[in-house]
Amino acid sequence: MTESVPAPPAVGPTSTSSRGTRVLGAVCLVGLAVTGLYAFVVTGPDVRLGNSVRIMYVHVPTVTAAYCLMIANAGFSIYTLWKKSTFADLAAHACAEVGVVMLGLTLVVGAIWGRMTWGAFWVWDARLTTTALLFLMYVGYLAVRGLPAPPRVRATRSAIVGIAAACLIPVVHKSVEWWASLHQNETVLGKVNPNIEGNQYFTLMLSMVVFALVAVWLTIHRFRVLWLTEQLDEVGVDAAIDERRAEHTGVEVGR
Amino acid sequence: MVHDALIIAGKDLRLEARSRVALNQVLPFVLAVVLLFGFALDADTALLRRATSGLFWVTVLFSAVIMVQRSFAIERQDGVTDALRLSSLSPGGIFLGKVVSLFCQLIVVEVVLGLCVVVFYDVTLSGGALLAVVSVVATLGIAAAGSLYGPLAAGLRNRDTLLPLLLLPVLAPILLGASRAFETALGRGVGGGWQWAAMLGIFAAVYLALGVAVWGTLLEET
Repeated sequence: MTESVPAPPAVGPTSTSSRGTRVLGAVCLVGLAVTGLYAFVVTGPDVRLGNSVRIMYVHVPTVTAAYCLMIANAGFSIYTLWKKSTFADLAAHACAEVGVVMLGLTLVVGAIWGRMTWGAFWVWDARLTTTALLFLMYVGYLAVRGLPAPPRVRATRSAIVGIAAACLIPVVHKSVEWWASLHQNETVLGKVNPNIEGNQYFTLMLSMVVFALVAVWLTIHRFRVLWLTEQLDEVGVDAAIDERRAEHTGVEVGR
Repeated sequence: MVHDALIIAGKDLRLEARSRVALNQVLPFVLAVVLLFGFALDADTALLRRATSGLFWVTVLFSAVIMVQRSFAIERQDGVTDALRLSSLSPGGIFLGKVVSLFCQLIVVEVVLGLCVVVFYDVTLSGGALLAVVSVVATLGIAAAGSLYGPLAAGLRNRDTLLPLLLLPVLAPILLGASRAFETALGRGVGGGWQWAAMLGIFAAVYLALGVAVWGTLLEET
């Protein structure tokens, strides 16, 4: 990647990884392996939930990471509007992308867990419904980012959509909670709170930390790739302009 | 700002009165949706009566998407966006003007839709005050959210398909709140109608404030 960018800028990453991200990546891989070991071998099935409790070691960490990334997205979006910062704009993009992946994973493993525990892939629970709506809102955010536009226009547009989505999170959650409380059968939800202690508790905490690190690692990498792509686009335009000038004046440039 | 809003709302409503797009296209669309729901639910009047609140607001949301697209498509023609930027009108005022014009058009659609459900679904209207207040605050919320997302995703050919994706998940709280409040008003809900109305008010306030705050930037950058 470094070779393809002829004139890297003074500030910002110049390659897709650094020593720090490589170390972080190694820690993530080891962490995932240890979490897998604890989730599948060390801890046993739950007294009430059986083997389905193992899904919790992915479900809870991914949804926590996703919500943190959405909050980070809102923060970067506000900073983008305030300071017109390309760094914050691309960081917001990276947060949203990884956040959507995490939310998607949450929904999928949640549906599998629901099928095993409640007997249905989907129940109209407040948290589930809020997560599904959030997922759609951030898919919309990424679609806005995908619209062809100059970088500054794209940054402003997507920052506004990001802020609007974040403003709505409490309203969506509150409304869905009220609505679900009218519909939800309490006896179904009664099964949801297992008592976690000992190895199960440790495994859950471990997976929370590991998935948080994985989310940070993925976000940093995504950010670096986005930053380099942006630089490449700018360099590409400059090179094309130079080439046309050279054609006009008959001077060979940079070949 | 209020004066600017009235100028923009007047312009949009005059355009609408002359082109009659709402009358000739949106109102027949509403009638078609009402009939299609009847076909989909096997013309079971009892079931249709029970589902009226939800069907009513789903139809309003679909109509709102069409109207937002229309409202911002007219701005894209003949460089109206640039003319608005060059005018001395305040961006917040322009946003509020768009909200007022969308609000007025949607209220007309809701009145016609209300008549349609009374006729086709055999619904008896009750709880007039709650129905009216919920209609007003929910419509204000829809108009505010529509006017915020409109410039982002309407008017250009490759963006039109994006508007429903952006707008419908955002409007989900309106659908929930307004449907439940309507159920209460029509005597089929479990109460809490005014609580829902308050939630809809908060939604509208959030989007109005956000729109006034960021619309200047949006107008400049898009």
